[in-house]
Amino acid sequence: MTSQGIILSGLDGDRTWRLADYVKRGGYDALKKIIAEKIPADQIISEVKKSALRGRGGAGFPTGLKWSFMPRAFPGAKYIACNSDEGEPGTFKDRDILRYNPHSVIEGMVIAGYAMGCERGYNYIHGEIFEVYERFEEALQEAREAGLLGNNILGSDFSFDLFAHHGYGAYICGEETALLESIEGKKGQPRFKPPFPASFGLYGKPTTINNTETFASIPYIIREGGDAFLALGKPNNGGTKLFSVSGHVNKPGNYEIPLGTPFSTLLEMAGGVRGGRKLKAVIPGGSSAPVLPASVMMDCTMDYDSISKGGSMLGSGAVIVMDETTCMVKALERLSYFYFEESCGQCTPCREGTGWLYRVVHRIENGLGRPDDLDLLNSVTANIMGRTICALGDAASMPVQSFVKHFGDEFAFHIEHKKCLVPKDVQHEGSKIYVA
Amino acid sequence: MLSPESLKKIDREIAKYPPDQKQSASMGALRIAQEEKGWLASETIEFVAEYLGMPAIAVYEVASFYNMYDLAPVGAKKISVCTNLPCALSGGVHAADYIKKKLGIDFNETTADGQFTLKEGECMGACGDAPVLLVNNHRMCSWMTEEKIDQLLADLKK
Amino acid sequence: MLEIEIDGKQLQVPDGSTVMEAANQVGAYVPHFCYHKKLSIAANCRMCLVQVEKAPKPLPACATPVTNGMKVWTHSEQAVKAQKGVMEFLLINHPLDCPICDQGGECQLQDLSVGYGGVQSRYEEEKRVVSNKDLGPLVSTDMTRCINCTRCVRFTTEIAGLMELGQAFRGEHAEIMPFVEKTIETELSGNIIDLCPVGALTSKPFRFGARAWEMSRRKSVSPHDSLGSNLVVQIKNDQVKRVLPLENEEINECWLSDKDRFSYEALASEERLTKPMIKQGGQWAETDWATALEYVANGLKSIASEHGAGSIGALVSPHSTLEELHLSQALVRGIGSGNVDFRLRQSDFSADGKREGAPWLGMPVGKIGSLDRLFVIGSFFRKDHPLIAQRVRQAAKRGLKVSALNPAFDDWQLPVANTLNVRPSAMASSLLAVLKSLVEISGEAYDGEYGAALATAASEPAARAIAESLASGRRTAVWLGNLAVQHQDAATLHALAQEIARIARSSFGVVGEAANSVGGYLANALPVAGKGLNAAQMLANPLKAYLLLNVEPELDTAAGGSALRAVGKAEMVAVFAAFKSAAALEYADVMLPVAPFTETAGTYVNCEGRAQSFYAVVKPRGEARPAWKVLKVIGDMLGLDGFSVDSVEDVRKRVLAADGSVEPGKLGNAVHGIELKTGAVSAKLERVADVPIYFADPIARRSAPLQQTTDAAEPKARVSKATLAQIGVDAGTRVKVVSPEGAVVVTLIEDEGVAGGCVRLAAAHVLTAPLGALNGEVSVERV
Ligand SMILES: Cc1cc2nc3c(=O)[nH]c(=O)nc-3n(C[C@H](O)[C@H](O)[C@H](O)COP(=O)(O)O)c2cc1C
Ligand code: SF4
Ligand code: FES
Repeated sequence: MTSQGIILSGLDGDRTWRLADYVKRGGYDALKKIIAEKIPADQIISEVKKSALRGRGGAGFPTGLKWSFMPRAFPGAKYIACNSDEGEPGTFKDRDILRYNPHSVIEGMVIAGYAMGCERGYNYIHGEIFEVYERFEEALQEAREAGLLGNNILGSDFSFDLFAHHGYGAYICGEETALLESIEGKKGQPRFKPPFPASFGLYGKPTTINNTETFASIPYIIREGGDAFLALGKPNNGGTKLFSVSGHVNKPGNYEIPLGTPFSTLLEMAGGVRGGRKLKAVIPGGSSAPVLPASVMMDCTMDYDSISKGGSMLGSGAVIVMDETTCMVKALERLSYFYFEESCGQCTPCREGTGWLYRVVHRIENGLGRPDDLDLLNSVTANIMGRTICALGDAASMPVQSFVKHFGDEFAFHIEHKKCLVPKDVQHEGSKIYVA
Repeated sequence: MLSPESLKKIDREIAKYPPDQKQSASMGALRIAQEEKGWLASETIEFVAEYLGMPAIAVYEVASFYNMYDLAPVGAKKISVCTNLPCALSGGVHAADYIKKKLGIDFNETTADGQFTLKEGECMGACGDAPVLLVNNHRMCSWMTEEKIDQLLADLKK
Repeated sequence: MLEIEIDGKQLQVPDGSTVMEAANQVGAYVPHFCYHKKLSIAANCRMCLVQVEKAPKPLPACATPVTNGMKVWTHSEQAVKAQKGVMEFLLINHPLDCPICDQGGECQLQDLSVGYGGVQSRYEEEKRVVSNKDLGPLVSTDMTRCINCTRCVRFTTEIAGLMELGQAFRGEHAEIMPFVEKTIETELSGNIIDLCPVGALTSKPFRFGARAWEMSRRKSVSPHDSLGSNLVVQIKNDQVKRVLPLENEEINECWLSDKDRFSYEALASEERLTKPMIKQGGQWAETDWATALEYVANGLKSIASEHGAGSIGALVSPHSTLEELHLSQALVRGIGSGNVDFRLRQSDFSADGKREGAPWLGMPVGKIGSLDRLFVIGSFFRKDHPLIAQRVRQAAKRGLKVSALNPAFDDWQLPVANTLNVRPSAMASSLLAVLKSLVEISGEAYDGEYGAALATAASEPAARAIAESLASGRRTAVWLGNLAVQHQDAATLHALAQEIARIARSSFGVVGEAANSVGGYLANALPVAGKGLNAAQMLANPLKAYLLLNVEPELDTAAGGSALRAVGKAEMVAVFAAFKSAAALEYADVMLPVAPFTETAGTYVNCEGRAQSFYAVVKPRGEARPAWKVLKVIGDMLGLDGFSVDSVEDVRKRVLAADGSVEPGKLGNAVHGIELKTGAVSAKLERVADVPIYFADPIARRSAPLQQTTDAAEPKARVSKATLAQIGVDAGTRVKVVSPEGAVVVTLIEDEGVAGGCVRLAAAHVLTAPLGALNGEVSVERV
């Protein structure tokens, strides 16, 4: 973990996650300051607004604005939920935050609870990282014992408790309303919006959901000020951000860099393309973000606006790097299988369409493609996009559309010649077991 | 039906949620029940439903929705290998192929001695560690070279 | 109010309306599958996508709230494109074999695909196959046809109150199913057949009975419970093929109970009586109507002259039509007897002569939804009144708090805030305790008739809680259920409930046992106090002649065993019935085949006092004839006054107002001057008898599919754990339950809903008929 930033910098792997280490790093200073100075909730929210912190879960929605949607004078319970479901292929940053700096998330959530008048929070943790869940439970226990969680935090009249809810294998639970359903003990099927969680959330009460990294950024913002955070990045794109770099690079891993850093710099930090091969394509924001050809990508800087201008999305900051040995049809086939497998099954277009997409890509990959298959893919994705309850329909469609758009020739070649442009053994060599 | 230890763990899960929202503990309770029983038989699901005061079909919906729950018996060690794209680019598929060869089974199969079941996993949120695999849902193993796979299988067989 | 424009039409809709509701108002049809006005919004089928001004993508009309100034196009290019796209997805995995599907001709998917489907499928992969599920004897499945709209799942959860179906697995593997190897048991299950927009859930009894377009549809009214659900009876070749709900928001809404829906299967049963029959020298012989009628008329004449008219009595089913009830009493009274009754399961008649009118619900059914407090006294509420309970269930979601006093509780699948679970003989003192608390809460001195009893009343926290609940409501009601009406202290319970309602300013009513529980009173099919015998008296001391109109005395009366003995001793028993039975073949002398509700015109007056007249929907089977005509002919043959009626309407006019409705003054629940029986609480075991939903009347008892349901299982004796210990036998053992009238052997099981000191054992079943009285002391012995 080579990092330059505020969330993972200076950490020493598994050895420095405990409360005492966090406190040594200035941890809980922000919370203490709030309690000691009795900082009004409004002021915290405006500090967050000032920081231009944008949600790190994928959509990049301004966090301060989201917080201001919570009804102030609502009688009864209100909730905070942290989205650590991290299931989007390519994304593995929240796991490291929870592993190496769990208290930053706890502190961020307590501050959020304070700012929005909530009494309880849940951290929804991805099913496959059980060990991380257990560590987070331990961190919660430390915080409780230190009076940083629970009743009358640090002797004030503010009370807030926080629990971990463990997922058990459903990508869709990363969608915020599916996540709420899941905490309610149901299957994770997204809810139709409106009403939005800020008015009808967990157990029907006002709820704010943010990503793990979003919460982990909060202590810094409160401690150092929103302006300081903003200055780390670029206007409208405040702060540093974690990028999970995977695929054909020499040093896959998480890199915390200021927003606005050129992609080429990030690629270099990750050790460059594996084996010195040529970069072919990059998915810059998690598997559902449109893929970009190397040429476009090399001109981008890593921030919401630049990537969006390049025709994709910064998303969760998962950068999947593919070199020249990659068969784009096979790559898409695997992603399409994922969305097919993970559709929750409620909306007709997603339930029926994701399987259709997968089967068409699968037959192209297997030499059974038909001449109008590319038109068919475009038309089926058009019939899914924007017609479903949640964005999984879009998430399944965007890869298909972008792969076909940028690598259509490769698909056409498959259909016509019933084989790949990239010889099988080259593909094999390019993606064999690789450990840096 | 479930051991006192499991029930105690389930009670701890229940305590995380507001008193009138016991059903929130269904996922945790199923996980704990599966840890004890190895898989989720209908009786187990029914027991959890009763324990939480939920309709059995509501718990079944949960058990069948999340794919880490097993609704059919699995081997003593369930190995799930991630083959999703980021992992596949760094050998996820190769690792899976290697395990298949070593155990002589395909995905969703169990070895004749009932020791191992192999599953194809979806993204585990650890793509930087590829190849990654999970043992019995809870133990994640990273950077699984062939040597490390050999070692793991040998350890698990003990 | 919000302004909205739909397809160019302007309208105003209330705040909170959806685009779908607004579109319905202007008559713009938006295609849909998952949306149903009575169910929560799922927005999962995505068929209802419409174009909304300024929205970047089409929005689902069913779930999109109207905002002020919104402009919507339901059939614009964007909307239709989206709808067609969804239709294509729905069809890719759907079998295209409409000709062999039972839903063919009435399938929403089939109908819509004509307008929205493509010509040829672009999906060339293998179609999904989903295994069928066994949902029990009423609903048949063909799950490959399912489009996952989840209407059925939402129905069981929201309307029936218990989630019995779910959508298991996810994505393309999602499947609608009950819990592994479970069937569905709600008494409202048939509604999921209507709700299913495709042929995944169809009627098992009807399966492949006819194609939708081959049947004609006739209106009718359900003859079973006191709600009077409106029916559409579907006919082919003069046979009833199927029964569906006729939507009536004020009565059954768009629902039917399974009893209303599937009882028609009895109408073609082998037990139908289709020819007049006379027993001669112990042998039954079919005969013609003239001979049979003459036999009855002569028999009545000679018995009257030999033993006096007072030795003749008529027992008339409360499921009879108003016209039948009226002519029955006219016949008996014409002969000079006063012995007629329809209150067959009642055992306390001490309120006779002290009533102000026909007991009724005291309020319109349609207003149940706006109640905020309800006190139910003595009722197997959910099974006795499935759709009234359903309305209460919905009201409970909006804040209605229900209290109940009962010697035995079932799960009503609705929250019951306060319960008093006491033995039958303690129910009166419990009501007195509620009354006492209410008076205390009111802070005023008690000014009613029962001050003396009240002075002896005890205080009890559970009673206090009920009183507080009633006192805290704004629209409250107190209802007597069937058990309260059948109770040995019915008059006392009625009087005290009435006082409770008066002090709490609640509406007061009787829910009513049968389709014509109100109509029987209106038709005077009961004795005038002192001038005739009531049902119990007629059976306690055998009469010389009985007329039984659709009554099976061993099952339909309070005292099955002695009733059977009484009719067995009579010189003449004339049975007017749609069915024969083994018992009737023993005790009857003449059997006249009369038409059930589908084969005659008539009127039922439901619990809210609404008279609902209907016509025959098919011709009478065999030589069966409408009972009103049969009674008229007998009256004429005997030369009685009052039988010069030419049509069923003529009969009706004698009971109802000119416009066919009930004269308002005739309904009334008040009783006065009741001598309260609040004395000794029994120390022995007491019987509590429910009348199970599918045993309640001769038609339901003969519907084969209903008899296969769990609700029709053989009765078991149920006692609480404490009582079990007291009796000293284990649950699951066979025991002998002994009453003063007889004894039966049944299995004993544990049931915490039963009050201590009670044995719950169902009535209206051949097995338990020998026990007689529905309540009273019993003992339990090992066998
Ligand atoms: C299919 C789907 C999967 C998602 N998965 C995640 C996830 O794993 N983690 C996450 O933080 N947000 C995920 N999101 C986004 C969340 O819905 C939500 O926008 C986010 O948690 C809000 O947090 P933020 O504002 O801090 O980004 C997902 C959204 C969709 C539609
Ligand atoms: S788009 Fe797919 S995943 Fe999202 S709610 Fe609809 S069916 Fe479920
Ligand atoms: S009717 Fe609107 S989505 Fe189904």
